[in-house]
Amino acid sequence: MAHFTKATSLHDWLNQRLAIDTLRRVLATEYWIPKNINFLWAMGMVLAITFGLLLISGIFLLMYYQPNVNLAFDSVNYTIMQEVGYGWLWRHVHGVAASVVFLIIYIHMFTGIYYGSYKKGREMIWLSGMLLFVAFSAEAFSGYMLPWGQMSYWAGMVITNLFSGGSLHADGLVEWIRGDYVPAQAFLNRFFMLHVLLIPLAILGLIGLHFGSLRIPHVNNQDGEEIDFEAEAAKYKAGDKANSKVIAFVNDFMSKDMMVVSIYLIFFFYLVFYHYDFAMDPVNFDPANGLKTPAHIYPEWYFLWSYEILRPFSTNVGLIAFAFAQVIFVLLPFLDRSPNAVPASRRGLFKFWFWAMLIDMIVLTAMGKVPPEGAFSTIGLYAALTFIGLWIALPFVTKLEKKV
Amino acid sequence: MKNSSRRGFMGKAFGAVAGVGAVASLYAMKRSWDPLPSVKAAGFTTLDMSAYKENELVTEKWRGKPIFVLKQTADMVKKAQANPKDMERLIKIGNDYFMVCVGLCTHLGCIPGYNPDEQSFLCACHGGMYDFTAEVTKAPPPRGLDIPPFKIDGMKLVLGEEGPEYKKMLESGTTLKV
Repeated sequence: MAHFTKATSLHDWLNQRLAIDTLRRVLATEYWIPKNINFLWAMGMVLAITFGLLLISGIFLLMYYQPNVNLAFDSVNYTIMQEVGYGWLWRHVHGVAASVVFLIIYIHMFTGIYYGSYKKGREMIWLSGMLLFVAFSAEAFSGYMLPWGQMSYWAGMVITNLFSGGSLHADGLVEWIRGDYVPAQAFLNRFFMLHVLLIPLAILGLIGLHFGSLRIPHVNNQDGEEIDFEAEAAKYKAGDKANSKVIAFVNDFMSKDMMVVSIYLIFFFYLVFYHYDFAMDPVNFDPANGLKTPAHIYPEWYFLWSYEILRPFSTNVGLIAFAFAQVIFVLLPFLDRSPNAVPASRRGLFKFWFWAMLIDMIVLTAMGKVPPEGAFSTIGLYAALTFIGLWIALPFVTKLEKKV
Repeated sequence: MKNSSRRGFMGKAFGAVAGVGAVASLYAMKRSWDPLPSVKAAGFTTLDMSAYKENELVTEKWRGKPIFVLKQTADMVKKAQANPKDMERLIKIGNDYFMVCVGLCTHLGCIPGYNPDEQSFLCACHGGMYDFTAEVTKAPPPRGLDIPPFKIDGMKLVLGEEGPEYKKMLESGTTLKV
């Protein structure tokens, strides 16, 4: 047993038992962040805060929500919205945060792509981040089922049908996932379990992995410069903060991080109080009805791009294209054959690849929202083909790149 | 050396026991996700076919799924006769012909809408189209709407039972098993 002495203070008592000083040093005051970064580097903290908001609002919703096909709709739209004091606040925070979290995830992702923060030892950051994206997508989908409105029901029907694999006609698998021939009680109950327990547990674990994967390669910087963190940290600790290329995570970086978070939260609560309706589809205010499909079924905005890749093709081709779109971002560190880990603006052809990809995803998103008719169908088809083409071109585009 | 090989054996023994346990638990978990017997034993639906009007789509319910019933007009039957694939999809009861099918798009399961003037179905989700016998006319759906198992009983149609007419449709590939 280790040697303990009589504690001189509460701090000392805890320090002897939990090494809180060491923890604080390792996790905060001597965790080094480059100086050469911009506000886009605060998106991780913005995401962490948004996840916190989802968790807290979710806890309060969970106290009144009823996972029963006959009660779910009213427990949300009557009990929580009208009876529970401030129930509307938790619902609107939860709904808006579920939508906004994807906006921030996309910004976070494209920041990583632009600055090359997925290469040279940072591959695990990218991979764990993509796993988080998958987990958040599953969390968003399962949560969307819970109010048991028309969009919940029909989104559940369409998405679970994807697992029949087109011509493979694996109806047994679809029925197994649903626990019924159609989405019904068994379906609602199991998606409720996934939404409030299993997927949040996975997300918490993945967040730990994502943070852990940052420790050895460290945070990237605006120029992709390889920094000798030990030498720079030594300068900082010796008092030469002006010439050191790094700052401490706490308090130096955090103070700037929280500044961005504050601005974000003003925007966030503006949406919660004045524009929550953008995250609430009007069709979902009709109770689920298995005998009536809504005129247009479309997912929430953050899934539109991949939905549009599914839509213009026949079933089997569409499913293959959709599966391609779902996994291809994961492979980015391996499809990028260039040794350069610098901003896209200095990478020749990759600069155009980056902006083409970003614009194509925006076009896909817009086309996914409109009915699949006429010119929209055609634009959607070409945007989907462009998406696939860009990914096929990526290894060649990056292979040709000159070393900077 | 002696110790480490003993540890190695213990490790392998534990691995074997844990492996069996893992497989057994996975099986139990899989079975717990299966549809319940009460769900699977969902009953049969009997339709009285003398009550339907020509070219008027009626939606019935079987196993929680919408079932389309469309009594064909003489004109439709004539059109269907020109196309053997269409004719095979119709069910003859008494002197009348009926289109009876599961009203879920074979693409991703939305409910197509019927336009009596154009005598065709349109699925709003992804733009698929079907004719009046619910045979597919425009992609993405891969095939016509599926026909549920049925048995003809005089002027009645029992959904969920497999009669000889249904078995013939299965054999000829007119419909897939639902």
